[in-house]
Amino acid sequence: MAQKITIEPVTRVEGHGKVTIHLDDNHQVTESRLHIVEFRGFERFVCGRPFWEAPVLVQRLCGICPVSHHLAAAKAMDMLIGAGDGNGLTPVAEKMRRLMHYGQIFQSHVLHFFHLASPDLLFGMDADPERRNVIGVILEHPELAKQAVLMRKYGQEIIAATAGKKIHGTGAIPGGINKNLSLEERDAFLNGINGNPDLSADKMIEWSESALALLLDYHSSHTDFLDGFAAFPSNHLSLVRPDGALDLYHGVIRAVDAQGKRIVNDVDSRDYLDVVEEEVRSWSYMKFPYIKELGKENGWYRVGPLARLNVCDFIPTPKAQQELERFRAYTKGKPNNMSMHYHWARLIETLHAAEMMKELLLDPDLQKTDLVTKGERCGEGIGLLEAPRGTLFHHYQVNEQDLITMCNLIVSTTNNNEPMNRAVNAAAVAQMTGKAEITEPMMNAVEVAIRAYDPCLSCATHAMGQMPLEVTLYDAAGAVVDQQRKGM
Amino acid sequence: MSEDMNKPLTDLISLTIDGQEIEAEEGQTIVQAAQKNGIYIPTLCALHADKENGLKYDLAPGTCRICTVKANGRTTAACTTPVSQGLVVENDTPELNDLRKTIVELLFVEGNHFCPFCEKSGSCDLQALAYRYQMLTPRFHYAFTPRKVNADMPKLLWDGNRCILCRRCVLAIRTEEGEPLFVFANRGDKSTIIVDTELIQDISEELAQQAMDICPVGAIIRKEKGFDTPFGQRKYDHSPIGSISSISSDMTCSSGENKTGGEKS
Repeated sequence: MAQKITIEPVTRVEGHGKVTIHLDDNHQVTESRLHIVEFRGFERFVCGRPFWEAPVLVQRLCGICPVSHHLAAAKAMDMLIGAGDGNGLTPVAEKMRRLMHYGQIFQSHVLHFFHLASPDLLFGMDADPERRNVIGVILEHPELAKQAVLMRKYGQEIIAATAGKKIHGTGAIPGGINKNLSLEERDAFLNGINGNPDLSADKMIEWSESALALLLDYHSSHTDFLDGFAAFPSNHLSLVRPDGALDLYHGVIRAVDAQGKRIVNDVDSRDYLDVVEEEVRSWSYMKFPYIKELGKENGWYRVGPLARLNVCDFIPTPKAQQELERFRAYTKGKPNNMSMHYHWARLIETLHAAEMMKELLLDPDLQKTDLVTKGERCGEGIGLLEAPRGTLFHHYQVNEQDLITMCNLIVSTTNNNEPMNRAVNAAAVAQMTGKAEITEPMMNAVEVAIRAYDPCLSCATHAMGQMPLEVTLYDAAGAVVDQQRKGM
Repeated sequence: MSEDMNKPLTDLISLTIDGQEIEAEEGQTIVQAAQKNGIYIPTLCALHADKENGLKYDLAPGTCRICTVKANGRTTAACTTPVSQGLVVENDTPELNDLRKTIVELLFVEGNHFCPFCEKSGSCDLQALAYRYQMLTPRFHYAFTPRKVNADMPKLLWDGNRCILCRRCVLAIRTEEGEPLFVFANRGDKSTIIVDTELIQDISEELAQQAMDICPVGAIIRKEKGFDTPFGQRKYDHSPIGSISSISSDMTCSSGENKTGGEKS
């Protein structure tokens, strides 16, 4: 008998989602889907609000990486008030924002790898669920758990010092920033917060390296699993610095195909609508973006750590660059299309973020006092950046009274919608085909495939385009007098 | 009436507030007498004139009723009731504080107050009173009243969602000739604030800033200056409303200055 399996909720991810897998009479997987079941509507209710509220309002999409939305909206507002396109700010403003962003990348990647993903690796996908969780990690690997907590704390303290609060700060304002970094704050981050040497910039670099070593060690003993599980070729898209360097705060849009051929060639981020389009499918609140030129069938792409390391030419910090070379050598210079290698790429970025934080902390520009820039006001703002989970697009139109009239958000996880659905299907086919009985570990395997992408489902839900509406006016005799249609 | 209250007065009378004997000048209101003697009576509409807020005289509109006290056993608004010899005032009592909490709660459900993205958060008197009276959960149904935002003026934006109709702006924000820039319109639950569309065009930077500063909530905000006060420098970041420092200087938050290395909240 045909069977439908539902995994709800998907656990150890941000937000709420569910998976459905359809099996036919012969226990063959016929269809698998990742559904996003929440509806949010931020794009609508930000309309009518003054533009300078957007960076503070829209970040409330998420409590895990609000900084990404805060900064993307602030970048859009920079453009709106004529403070350039991510490059017109004063040195202190841009560097404070970068420090905030790398603190965010660091804490978010650490949270994902240690708290959410590591139980599957440390205990195995088929371990007892009561053990296969973050409490299990604390009980059986206490030193590792302590490092994870302190690394996350460090990133969060960086955010608090730059944004004002650990979650939902107000640091980035249109055209700049509302505070600089005091010498006391700087010294604490360099030498150890509250005098604790475990909370210093160098310790973060050291622990990032050891986390990477842990994963590489795991890889050597579980090569088939990490290389083969839910692997499939795809396009890869991310921002890069115009010289090709990995840059998570600002850059041009670049994409490569599964073989490494350049398919989007360093497009100005303000022209993002020339590059991507979104498709709505009736069974999910999350849209399906694709590269316009390649169409719906072939234009879908991956974003996030794996895509970024496939797209960039180099990483501008020495230790992470060395790791990138090892990562690239593994696939002989070709793009890496293995879903589980997201974890590897994520930890290389964690190391890069740790190096960047130290580099920025040592920069005396952070103590300067010219915090805000202004220029000629226009009616539109577009801000893109690389959030922990991938490319984030914010686009606003603002009227002459300073109120927002249009908002379009393409959230990082949304970009990975098609890849995640493919990963779910690949895992389901591999685990469940021909099996008479569906077990908990098989279902967890499907979740492991999703988790590799570190999805944040809470902010990736989306309005489903125009609400179709038809109004027909009849007269007393029942004859049609007038008919109006919208969005059909 | 307000101007009369500020005339120098010499006749001293004595009264008690919560059993504490104090001296006051004849003609002062209970709120003014308490303020002078370092006793906190909460206000959202009444405002003591000082250097920081630039007011020339104390405001006492009597609109919000949060200052309700018992004077000789009768409940009354302390900001409009003059002191008298031997007056016995009850102020900081569980019964009155519970009434005040109710007023705060009703103000919250009547408007659309979204503190998380309001730039007055941390400097807002209404929010500060909600903390003071430990408003932890909504007791009343939200009205979700549709309110307007008036952004059609230079330098300022008026957000009706947050307005509590305290009348401070109506009384204080005026041209040099004394003409009001903000006035009340309509009646009852349709009451609203409207702006003189001609006079507002020439509003000075200082007056615009004063309008934002005296607004007890986030209804009047400066355009294009949003969120330029970092955490740690907001009005109630270090001392809650009603503490000694916030009584002696009711307007401690000025935006735009001393931003180096603000403290964390």
